[in-house]
Amino acid sequence: MNDPIIEVTNVCKSFGGVIANYDVSLTVQRGAITGLIGPNGSGKTTLFNSIVGYHPIDSGSIRLDGREISQLHVQEIARLGLLRTFQTTRIYGKMSCLQNMQISVPHRKARLVDMFSCERAEVLERAEQLLAFVGLYEKRFLRAGSLSFGQQKLLEFAMALINEPTVLLLDEPTAGINPTLINGLIDRLRRANAEFGITMLIIEHNMRVIMNMANKIYCMAHGEMLAAGAPSEIQNDQNVIDAYLGAH
Amino acid sequence: MSRAPVHPLTIGLLLLAGAAAPLLFPAYTNQVAVLWLMIVFASTWDILGGQMGYNSLGNIFFFGAGMYTSAVVQIGLYYDVGMYTSGARTTHIVFTTAQYFTGFALGTIAAGVVAALFAVVTSWIVFGLRGPYFAIGTLGVAVAAAELISSWEWLGAAAGISMPVFPGAPETQKLFFYFLLFGLAFAVLGFLRWLYSTNFGLAINAIRDDEEKAEAMGLYTRRYKRTAWTIAAFFLGIAGAIFGNMTGFIEPRDIAFPTTTFNIFMILMVLLGGKGTFWGPVVGAVVFQVIKEVTWTYFLGWQFVALGLLIVIIVVYFQQGIVGWLMEKYPERFGIRIAPKERQESSRAIGLAPHPEGAE
Repeated sequence: MNDPIIEVTNVCKSFGGVIANYDVSLTVQRGAITGLIGPNGSGKTTLFNSIVGYHPIDSGSIRLDGREISQLHVQEIARLGLLRTFQTTRIYGKMSCLQNMQISVPHRKARLVDMFSCERAEVLERAEQLLAFVGLYEKRFLRAGSLSFGQQKLLEFAMALINEPTVLLLDEPTAGINPTLINGLIDRLRRANAEFGITMLIIEHNMRVIMNMANKIYCMAHGEMLAAGAPSEIQNDQNVIDAYLGAH
Repeated sequence: MSRAPVHPLTIGLLLLAGAAAPLLFPAYTNQVAVLWLMIVFASTWDILGGQMGYNSLGNIFFFGAGMYTSAVVQIGLYYDVGMYTSGARTTHIVFTTAQYFTGFALGTIAAGVVAALFAVVTSWIVFGLRGPYFAIGTLGVAVAAAELISSWEWLGAAAGISMPVFPGAPETQKLFFYFLLFGLAFAVLGFLRWLYSTNFGLAINAIRDDEEKAEAMGLYTRRYKRTAWTIAAFFLGIAGAIFGNMTGFIEPRDIAFPTTTFNIFMILMVLLGGKGTFWGPVVGAVVFQVIKEVTWTYFLGWQFVALGLLIVIIVVYFQQGIVGWLMEKYPERFGIRIAPKERQESSRAIGLAPHPEGAE
């Protein structure tokens, strides 16, 4: 079961004098759900941003499926099938849910003429299926910006799914959602992983959620990788407990 | 927003109004012709400003570029341009009817193509900018073009160029240019209607709503932005060629690159009618043109004060514009649906729902 799809090796990234990531290494196995935890400001989102090409890294290497991607731009990486969702949900607010889905289809195959292609029946059908999958089918004609925060998160997740990613990076998928919706979201994340075969790397603060979902968990603190292992190992790791609760 | 095809009746009425106007109000043919030009201005500005969320202050550049391109083609086909524009020329210049129309047709096509080429070239620079920097950057392009031509002797410099004279009676000339501008406006509206119904419309709307998200989703954002800019440029170039021939005399600052009049009018009309809507720019152009003609007629000398006041009022109190306001008031008539406020969710969130594994 050693089939890595993302390999981050010795990545360093600093902003001015602040070292956000120092010598960080991480591996995501194909088809697995991997967790990334750590206190606020420990460099998790910076690592995410580095992986998806949001900013250049200072040193180290990031590989997707064996291919070096640390020099590529956000859009190129997205078209390779590595997609991320945002901590603060981002959707196209003035467009309907269905239009949000229609414009999120995979662009890796897009040719120039596809800029002017019309509504395709199979895209609509797929969009409706996935909206039904996340439970937003009744709201498909509504303006996305008028949905509640939790529903927008579900929509963003559905938009990611229609893009047919091989790897999905989720930045705090359950933050700010009420417990009822969290249950549904976890269930759908699991199904997306099992049924669509999407590998996932998830940043999460909700310990019970991440401990239950992930096969392997990485823990960061102060920009460095503190520990890695199965959920049970992480839960009993003294360093992790210290980092989260304060070592005194 | 609504992507349903336009009702045939709307098209018929628009055609009828366009064709009947010069017959019903022959005294106002030129004013109505300018109205069609304004509709072209507003609708093409809205491609970037409204639908894509990129406020350009430099669209007028393509209008002037088209105007000068057509002038060069029309003259250059039969005479030496430098000699024609020289202040000391002594040669007698005549264009035969055939020469005039051949030159005009070729010049107009060239105007569209050259303006589009300029758009492709400038897009490499201006789309590195966003927000207010994009606005100022594009304005810089237009101002620089005006300055450049003002000192370019070969193109007549600040003294301008007298265009070839229309071979016909003044009345025929009026109607000829009226129907050209009307046809152009009609073509622009038809083209945009189609364009907004395709993937392109969705993509530029997505860029407007959240460009960073669109990038993160792998959308070819640059490709869309540059194409949108080029489309606007193409139509503005053609409009410039027609308008230059209509006025008969072109010069850089007030006619070809009027950054403080036509250039601002474009934006004002779109804001007045409603940004990012298909009919907003049209409605805005009609209302604006009426206000403009009335103030020009009755408050001469104060017209720019009145216009300034209008800008302030729109920007402060009426940002959504006429069509935007109607859409907010009667969203269902425009096919927009808004989520009702937190109905089922709040009742379920009390905590009675079952808690499957994995959550607090």
